[in-house]
Amino acid sequence: MVKLTIDNREVEVEEGATVLQAARKLGIEIPTLCYHEALAPYGACRVCLVEVATGKRSRLTTACTYPVWEGIVVRTDSERVIKARRFIIELLLARCPNVPQIRELAEKLGVKQTRFKTADDECILCGLCGRVCKEIIGSSAISFINRGIERVMETPFEIDSEVCIGCGACAFVCPTGVIKIEDINDYRKVEIWHAQRELAKCKDCGNRFAPVATLKYLKERIELPDDFFELCSGCRRKKLGKELVNIVGSSSDSSNP
Amino acid sequence: MKKIKTPSELEKLRKSIVAGYDFSRSCITICKGTGCSASGATTVVDAFREEIKKQKLESKIDIRTTGCHGFCERGPLVVIYPEGIFYQRVSTEDVAEIVSQTAMRGRIIERLLYVDPVTGKKVVHEKGVPFYNKQLRLIFGNNGRIDPTEIRDYIGLGGYSSLNKTLFEMKPQEVIEAIKQAGLRGRGGGGFPTGRKWESCRKAEGDIKYVICNADEGDPGAFQDRSLLEGNPHSVVEGLIIGGYAVGAKEGYIYVRNEYPLAVKHVGIAIKQAEEYGLLGEDILGTGFSFSIKITRGGGAFVCGESSALMASIEGRLGEPRFKHVHATEKGLWDRPTTLNNVKTWATVPLIIDKGADWYAKIGTEKSKGTMIFSLVGKINNTGLVEVPMGLPLRELIYGIGGGIPGEKRFKAVQTGGPSGGCIPEKLLDLPVDYERLTEAGSMMGSGGLIVMDEDTCMVNVAKYFLSFTIDESCGKCTPCREGIKHMLEILTDISEGKAEKKDLEILEELGNMVKETSLCALGGSAPNPVLSTLRYFRDEYEAHIKDKKCPAGVCLELIQYSIDEAKCTGCGVCKKECPQGAISGQKKEPHKIDKKICIKCGICLEVCKFDAIVVE
Repeated sequence: MVKLTIDNREVEVEEGATVLQAARKLGIEIPTLCYHEALAPYGACRVCLVEVATGKRSRLTTACTYPVWEGIVVRTDSERVIKARRFIIELLLARCPNVPQIRELAEKLGVKQTRFKTADDECILCGLCGRVCKEIIGSSAISFINRGIERVMETPFEIDSEVCIGCGACAFVCPTGVIKIEDINDYRKVEIWHAQRELAKCKDCGNRFAPVATLKYLKERIELPDDFFELCSGCRRKKLGKELVNIVGSSSDSSNP
Repeated sequence: MKKIKTPSELEKLRKSIVAGYDFSRSCITICKGTGCSASGATTVVDAFREEIKKQKLESKIDIRTTGCHGFCERGPLVVIYPEGIFYQRVSTEDVAEIVSQTAMRGRIIERLLYVDPVTGKKVVHEKGVPFYNKQLRLIFGNNGRIDPTEIRDYIGLGGYSSLNKTLFEMKPQEVIEAIKQAGLRGRGGGGFPTGRKWESCRKAEGDIKYVICNADEGDPGAFQDRSLLEGNPHSVVEGLIIGGYAVGAKEGYIYVRNEYPLAVKHVGIAIKQAEEYGLLGEDILGTGFSFSIKITRGGGAFVCGESSALMASIEGRLGEPRFKHVHATEKGLWDRPTTLNNVKTWATVPLIIDKGADWYAKIGTEKSKGTMIFSLVGKINNTGLVEVPMGLPLRELIYGIGGGIPGEKRFKAVQTGGPSGGCIPEKLLDLPVDYERLTEAGSMMGSGGLIVMDEDTCMVNVAKYFLSFTIDESCGKCTPCREGIKHMLEILTDISEGKAEKKDLEILEELGNMVKETSLCALGGSAPNPVLSTLRYFRDEYEAHIKDKKCPAGVCLELIQYSIDEAKCTGCGVCKKECPQGAISGQKKEPHKIDKKICIKCGICLEVCKFDAIVVE
């Protein structure tokens, strides 16, 4: 265990934990945008900046990436930290002035408007979508292309990527909601990734319910009866309920001769 | 070639190489570095070969092509030994005369001599040229003496004897102590003590370790790493092997930009030759120590010069920096302990081992030891590469060695450290150049770029130039660098177009300071320096753009106007003829006029007017 101080409060956390995790243990709120607990820390959005002092030296660093060390003194509420976070959110507000999540966070940090020239983007380039696709799904269907302000998340060659299984994990982790998944008729459309995936038909009710590619992917990785993947969630629940009634029913019969 | 197995075999080889030299023989050396090659050195070399063949002088005259001598401004450079006669701007037409007159008869060809712009005197010998004789060319000096594709040349000059000494007489820790005691600091610009870096890597846990040579030189105007790799690749290879031995690595990488084809080629040849001679590879010099070097060619992204991005690139991943809370010396390439140093740092290592740490520590200043290679470019008479002891005042570099500013113009500023550095004004010309002083002045050593600017340079425009470089080269990973630089450039553009207000200057300054403070890596951490330093030293010039809507240097197009001084105009009509817009009108021998509505401010009239009648304000 490692002992450290955050905002004058002592906390003990496991070695290898980050300052962000330690702060959350204390209930201290640190805003994050490019962080997700299921993914490796990235340190790109910079909104989680904190001040870390080791000995006499103190510097700004990202809480999501900084590993705890014995005896470090962390400030999450110093003037320097507040100023830095406001600066970062002001930059993001200029990039995405119409994204509600960014506006909310800006307001929370005390930034009402940006002094910089505004654009109208919806993506903050946090990279969560690309990272979940790589680290969790293992597909790497999308990744960053170009450099600097030209940087965008894209599929290779900006065309439908054959390794995209249409699972929607990217949309699930996206903090701004820019990735939109639409199930229309027989297909799932992820326009931003130029993808269209056929939806499988439920064996019982006949409704389209999940992309064929996603089900195939899950089937290969999760040990469950094959018919589990052939039913939509409603029918699966119905089926399970029936089976349960059968089991409970028969057992109550036997206990009551 | 039979592999060398013992120290005595290496010494025997060296002696036999030296014994083979006939120092009385005439030898024509031609610089074939990139600069001279661009000025036509390749055809000059061919012409020399043909001429010697034609005159049947193969048995009397040797030809040697060498790496960059540094005096690129005057290329192609030719030095004729044994006298050391120095000819500059040599062309194929001069070749026959040089062979028959100078090489055979020792006669000097006056027109090819260098004229010292200060004294106006002609200089005969290379060592008499002020550009050279004011330098201390410890690392760079051998560039002009050896053929970089010939390992025997390097060995003949004592090459690989430091490796020999290291492997047979020193323990790894002793090598590290020597580097520490010498006070060597990272020549890539950061200036981190090299010995301490090595020690940390040596102490790090792990049986697999790496050493890396960072040759991803990307600063505009800097080409010293390139010249070293092209001109003396074995010195870098030898340094890397010694470093590998010291930190406990068996593998080394040279990460070099693919835009440096000659460097890639020469390093490749050097590695192959060193392996053939048993100086690299398995069981080096029969000691049991094995070390191999691979070349990784970079794709030309500036950010890949940043150590963590460079390592990501070697690993085959996207070249973007990562957070470095754990040092690369503990977790670097493939998460193994890794020592990464710049080309110049590695090339210095054999020198320290050979001559001793104490000798090295005597050169330079208290905290910055040894020499530094600078690339002198911009508005300067002697463009080229210069190696000087740390602590030499900027004035000596620019005027003593660089020969001052061309065209009797006034010095205005010098940008040190490339796009990550800052502009240093005239009042600080006596600043001794070392790591600390440059940082105090708001700039940095960087990889040693010195871009000299004269009075015709607009500092707002300079800041704009460097930011438009970094905006292209920022990887875009972190918010402040990606977004912040963009907004800084927007404001600078507004300033240069006369659209900015006073408050924009404050926002610009705040942006600069905050981008520095909050960025992920050193690229964003230093990108605002050109803006902040010009704001610090040339604020009045920014204010003139904002308040008076004037560009004092007459550079920012939106803020200048071309007109004709009627008193000076003779009506010769040249400007009228040359104007691409047809914006100039006037009768012959009568003063002409520029129609400001049509004028695109291209500056052609200014260039062609012989009577100084074009006014820019």
